Amino acid sequence: MTKYEEFLVEKGLFITAILSIIVIILIIGFIFQQGFPAMEHVGILKFIFGMNWSPSDDQYGVFTMIIGSLGITALSLLFAVPLSLCCAIFLAELAPRTVRRILKPVIETLAGIPSVVYGFFGLIVLVPIMRVYFGGTGFSMLAASLILTVMVLPTIISISEDALRSIPVEYKEASLALGATHWQTIRNVIFPAAIPGIITAIILGMGRAIGETLAVIMVAGNVAQIPNSIFDPVRALTSNIALEMGYATGIHYSALFATGIVLFIMIIILLIIANYFHYKKKVVIGGGYL
Amino acid sequence: MLNLKIMSPKMSQKIMKGVFWASGILTVLILLVIIGYILYKGLPVVNMSFIFSNPIDSGKSGGIFPMIISSLYVTFIAIIVATPLGVGAAVYLSEYAGETNLVKLIRFGAETLASIPSIVYGLFGLAFFVVYLGLGWCVLSGGLILAIMALPTILQVAEVSLEAVPSSYREGSLAIGATKWQTIYNVVLPAAVPGITTGVILGLARAISEAAAILFAVGAALSVPISIFDPARPLPLHLYILATEGISLDNAYGTAAVLVLLVLVITVVTNTLVERYSKKMMGR
Amino acid sequence: MDYRIEVEDLNVYFDEAQILKDINIKIHKNTVTSLIGPSGCGKSTFVRTLNRMNDLIDTFKMDGSVLLDGQDIYDPKLDVVELRKKVGMVFQKPNPFPKSIFDNVAYGLRVHGIEDKSVLTERVEESLKAAALWDEVKDKLDKSAMGLSGGQQQRLCIARTIAVNPEVILMDEPASALDPISTTKIEDLIHKLKNDYTIIIVTHNMQQATRVSKYTAFFLHGEIVESGLTDKIFIEPEDKRTEDYITGRFG
Repeated sequence: MTKYEEFLVEKGLFITAILSIIVIILIIGFIFQQGFPAMEHVGILKFIFGMNWSPSDDQYGVFTMIIGSLGITALSLLFAVPLSLCCAIFLAELAPRTVRRILKPVIETLAGIPSVVYGFFGLIVLVPIMRVYFGGTGFSMLAASLILTVMVLPTIISISEDALRSIPVEYKEASLALGATHWQTIRNVIFPAAIPGIITAIILGMGRAIGETLAVIMVAGNVAQIPNSIFDPVRALTSNIALEMGYATGIHYSALFATGIVLFIMIIILLIIANYFHYKKKVVIGGGYL
Repeated sequence: MLNLKIMSPKMSQKIMKGVFWASGILTVLILLVIIGYILYKGLPVVNMSFIFSNPIDSGKSGGIFPMIISSLYVTFIAIIVATPLGVGAAVYLSEYAGETNLVKLIRFGAETLASIPSIVYGLFGLAFFVVYLGLGWCVLSGGLILAIMALPTILQVAEVSLEAVPSSYREGSLAIGATKWQTIYNVVLPAAVPGITTGVILGLARAISEAAAILFAVGAALSVPISIFDPARPLPLHLYILATEGISLDNAYGTAAVLVLLVLVITVVTNTLVERYSKKMMGR
Repeated sequence: MDYRIEVEDLNVYFDEAQILKDINIKIHKNTVTSLIGPSGCGKSTFVRTLNRMNDLIDTFKMDGSVLLDGQDIYDPKLDVVELRKKVGMVFQKPNPFPKSIFDNVAYGLRVHGIEDKSVLTERVEESLKAAALWDEVKDKLDKSAMGLSGGQQQRLCIARTIAVNPEVILMDEPASALDPISTTKIEDLIHKLKNDYTIIIVTHNMQQATRVSKYTAFFLHGEIVESGLTDKIFIEPEDKRTEDYITGRFG
């Protein structure tokens, strides 16, 4: 092989490497370019904080959907975080070897089940149940949150279990050797040391919840309003795009891209927070503070 | 967290142990009930004619053959495109680049790609592939969007498995006068194959279960796509349409069951492959 | 005679592999006992049997009896937590928690229910002084323990162990990861502590055994070949294998 070929290979690989960045620039470029006319037409602040979404009356405000997305996400994390952390602690600390060897792959497999399937289950099982027990149509913020809870469980469990298991066994031994109980050891040593990883896990789960589209559409009811209770229907940002893109034209079409911009920015903020903790995690393992 | 200070350490130990066991069992139960229910309702619908025949009356009855072909088709395109790009990028990051700012930026880029919501990919695909490049609603547009979505997964997993290859392998090859690329191609990449395969299959799993991203890119054809420029309707999309438009509950169950089975088969095959390969590498 | 620990016919297995065979040994109160022998001979497993740290390993099985102050520590009714309070342990690699120096030493006290700030402060100071670390850290008690040197970290771990006021301190090669100066400091510390605590130290350094301990036991392939006064073992060993080992003629 000649030097020249080596050089070509390296340059070729370099291009594949920067492709990720090129694609991101393209995504940002195209979405902003398409969304810009609506932002300009409505005004950025009016678009974000406007309470009324009514394309036929030329009203484009996505605030109710921002609240819808955040509300569904917050509620689902409220259910999912305690359950998945307890489950992660169970897997990392308590489960006998054989139980763990079975459960871990099962949970990871379930993370790969298509979200449409979970949404479908919500539509045919959960929504009717809620209709019977809580009245109304059953399509609600709560139904969406419960389905998202199930969907983010595997994500949060799997990553926080890794974080818990990466805590050096020496910490655990030191604590037990001092006469601490296993629970005291988990609460005072293992869990605090794993917090950066656990926060990363929660943020990734949060990203999955905010970004989920079709499963939410299938159970949330999709009314663009600020819900009075968790039994009211809501519309998420993602749902707004998927529901209306099929027939949107002109400013309406552009406003859906602008909705995508809002969503994109929310995810970027989350990602930056996650990256901050990820960074800190490495420092802590290298011998920093807690 | 519970305030257990008033209790003796022994008491709180017992209670928390119970809580952890209960949450472990509850979690698995919830997930298994959902999957179990789908399979229980869906499997009776699934038979040879369901799998191998065309839908009749927009899916009210008949089978899902075109959807299975659509799913395989778009996923195939996604993997064919994303694998060389992802592995190439991983090789560059782990073998050529140092810890430069550019590399950090590329990693951040991959992370960002991995966390962009699928509906945003859908918007991008519509604006770029369908309209700007003029590809229209077709298998190719959908496949390319899914390729972008699978790219970060393949890249990240491949990079980790390349880095796990012991540096003694590289030194051994370089010491006998092999060039850098020869070393990578003949020694490093083969040693990383199980990891890379896992990455590719994870990417594949992501692609095959995606619906929102291709919602505005593949169309919703009910016939078998032949050319890459034909419109298509992959399984997740079909399930979504059947369920939300109330076309046929039975066929929706069947489609969901086929999807779940596909994912299960993919996972089992990966695990077996990787296990077998790593055993072979270890000389056992 | 006054024994703190009596071990009778102890056998330990991990899965099918037998790690310790027919161990019989009595450990005198408030003395230092060294356990020597080549690596993999079961010394570490033996000390971890004395505070039931091996319980953490799924495949651990044992028979025989281990008595602490006449009480069987493997009695199913016995509280492991209470046992570990009485039998402290210092590990081979210094393993302070990623917390402040103060919180490290106070950790054991807190888990045993002591919350009173003034009591904690007093006990932390006492323990750090006993571990000969006080002068070096008294101005930075709220700093992370991870910032200390390896030798300081190990003395911090000893202080953390002393703080719970155990009867026995097990030390598993406490100086093997340290430089010579830190090693000397640890050995001096062991001399100071032996009046108040029963110390069992695992070491692969024979000079260290002669310097710090009154009694020595020689382990080989999971058995105790010989045990008794350190002077006797090193000057006139009874067993040929002991002699080979201490004179360095061992493979």
